[in-house]
Amino acid sequence: MSYLIRRFEFFAITLWAALTINFILPRIMPGNPAQAMLVRFRGRVSPETVKAIEVAFGFHSNEPIWQQYLEYLRNTFTGNFGTSVTFFPVPVGDVIKQGLPWTLGLVGMATILAFILGTLLGMLSAWRRGGFFDAVLPPVFIVISAFPYFWLGLLVLLAFALTLNWFPLGFAYDLTSSINLSWDFGGQVIWHGTLPALTIVITSAEDYVKMARAKGLSPVRIMFMYAGRNAILPNLVGFAMSLGFVISGAILVEIVFNYPGLGFTLLQAVHSEDYALMQTLFLMLTVAVLVAVLAADLLTAVLDPRTREQG
Amino acid sequence: MIATATRPLLQVKDLCVDYLTESGPLRAVDRVSLDVARGEFLGIVGESGCGKSTLLFAIARLLSAPAEISSGEIWFDGKDMVSMDEDQLRHLRWSGYSVVMQSAMNALNPVMTIAEQLGDAIQAHVRMRDRQLRSRSQELLKVVGIDPVHLHSYPHQLSGGMRQRAMIAMALALTPDLVIMDEPTSALDVVAQRSLMVKIKQLQREFGFATIFVTHDMSLVSHFSDRLAVMYAGQVVEVGQTRQVFAAPKHPYTVGLMRSFPSISGPLQTLTGIPGSPPDLAHPPSGCRFHPRCPKRFDRCPGEEPDLYSNDQVLVRCFLFDDR
Repeated sequence: MSYLIRRFEFFAITLWAALTINFILPRIMPGNPAQAMLVRFRGRVSPETVKAIEVAFGFHSNEPIWQQYLEYLRNTFTGNFGTSVTFFPVPVGDVIKQGLPWTLGLVGMATILAFILGTLLGMLSAWRRGGFFDAVLPPVFIVISAFPYFWLGLLVLLAFALTLNWFPLGFAYDLTSSINLSWDFGGQVIWHGTLPALTIVITSAEDYVKMARAKGLSPVRIMFMYAGRNAILPNLVGFAMSLGFVISGAILVEIVFNYPGLGFTLLQAVHSEDYALMQTLFLMLTVAVLVAVLAADLLTAVLDPRTREQG
Repeated sequence: MIATATRPLLQVKDLCVDYLTESGPLRAVDRVSLDVARGEFLGIVGESGCGKSTLLFAIARLLSAPAEISSGEIWFDGKDMVSMDEDQLRHLRWSGYSVVMQSAMNALNPVMTIAEQLGDAIQAHVRMRDRQLRSRSQELLKVVGIDPVHLHSYPHQLSGGMRQRAMIAMALALTPDLVIMDEPTSALDVVAQRSLMVKIKQLQREFGFATIFVTHDMSLVSHFSDRLAVMYAGQVVEVGQTRQVFAAPKHPYTVGLMRSFPSISGPLQTLTGIPGSPPDLAHPPSGCRFHPRCPKRFDRCPGEEPDLYSNDQVLVRCFLFDDR
């Protein structure tokens, strides 16, 4: 129990720290969103409009910083994230609502499926020790998983869009998203397959796996309850983390493929100094990772009795 | 009928085990022959790396690559174990013979309770209702002297001695004819060792199973085993009744082992030990494998390989006992 309480404490404290840093960062960055907007509209707005925009974004306000901070916290918890400069006058919440399904639906699903498939593949390859899979997969997995994935993405684009001309270069959602999906999917399968493959190779040498064989258990039971369940523990934490990183990890992929998810939105926000949007996106990334870590901790506690007491 | 009654429970004939290494096969067990009668307690002693654990795992057919049985026969209760495939072995395992491993900490699955690990062994071989299974599991823990409340404990919650007892409870779950033990006491302190050995011996009398007990601890095995086999560099160098081997050790290596530990009750004597270290099995010495360390070697030893010679109902692999 104390393990769980400590995990929740950790969650609360890091969440607060993240929120605060998220509040401070944009305020110590150079530049001003109203100025940025002025540049965007090439001076076609009057100084009065500029002032009005600044007030709307909370920049000209004379409130002391702590009051702004409290208001920021209140707004955050009530889901009022302000107005986007990039997509003016659309509220930030709506911008995110548009991008989120793309990122969550495709990248998130790919991560989950890849985890399941990768783990099974890894288990199988490790289980047939000394076989073809065991000899070939782990080294190949390690090499491939060391490639930066956006670079692999660029290669895919080069091969299929430029050279073979099978797909357009970007913005044709269904086609690129399917490349994106299948590529990302493949990469994740490999990524998630590596660790279980290696750890199962290690756990198969454990005495308790030998003991399970000596007991005359069925191979399926040995693989899942003895070799697999222990090998999956470290991988599970990695999986929960990678779910948390779905949003941030998608940034580079989405940029490479011009894919209309949150990562691409973040790029646009940074380009146009869209503080409100940026702040909200950063917040989402942080919260996603924190929630994922918490979930990983809870899952580990369920699956590994040793953590429940020691922690 | 008479043949089955007198036939040993386990017969090992000229068993060889090789480790297939990059630089060719390495023979870890060399032409070992052993018999174990029903209800008998056979001790196997030897230094680390003499092949005793490899021999055990070969008998249990639990070797994993790169080790494999390269020749020889293993007959268990009249069944040829060497030619059995994994599926046939699975049915024989645990109900015919069970294994107790060296370190219970590593041999018990850390994420399953004792009850789960006892239960799956039983249910892999017999159908049992949940209630029946629970009472059987409780009974087993009581037999080895553990409070049944620990059924729902995880291995890390038990003490070292309790874990070993739990392993033994597991090994007895299906009342096998043979329990193979690989240094089950080596991770325990002397007091726990003693009480575990007494327990094993008592259980053996109660249930009548035969035991092969591997250890490097001569003094431990002296009080509990009926027969004793001494191994050196993959070979059996002396085998006979424990009492006889202890009273009059014949092979110079056995003599050396006996001088390596103090006797508790006997007269005070100087411990001499054995000079040198065990040979590299990839390049075993020519002739008798013990000759480089042997205080009694003579010109015949480096050139020729000794056989097992019978002397006073004890088999010895040493030219000193070659009467021919």
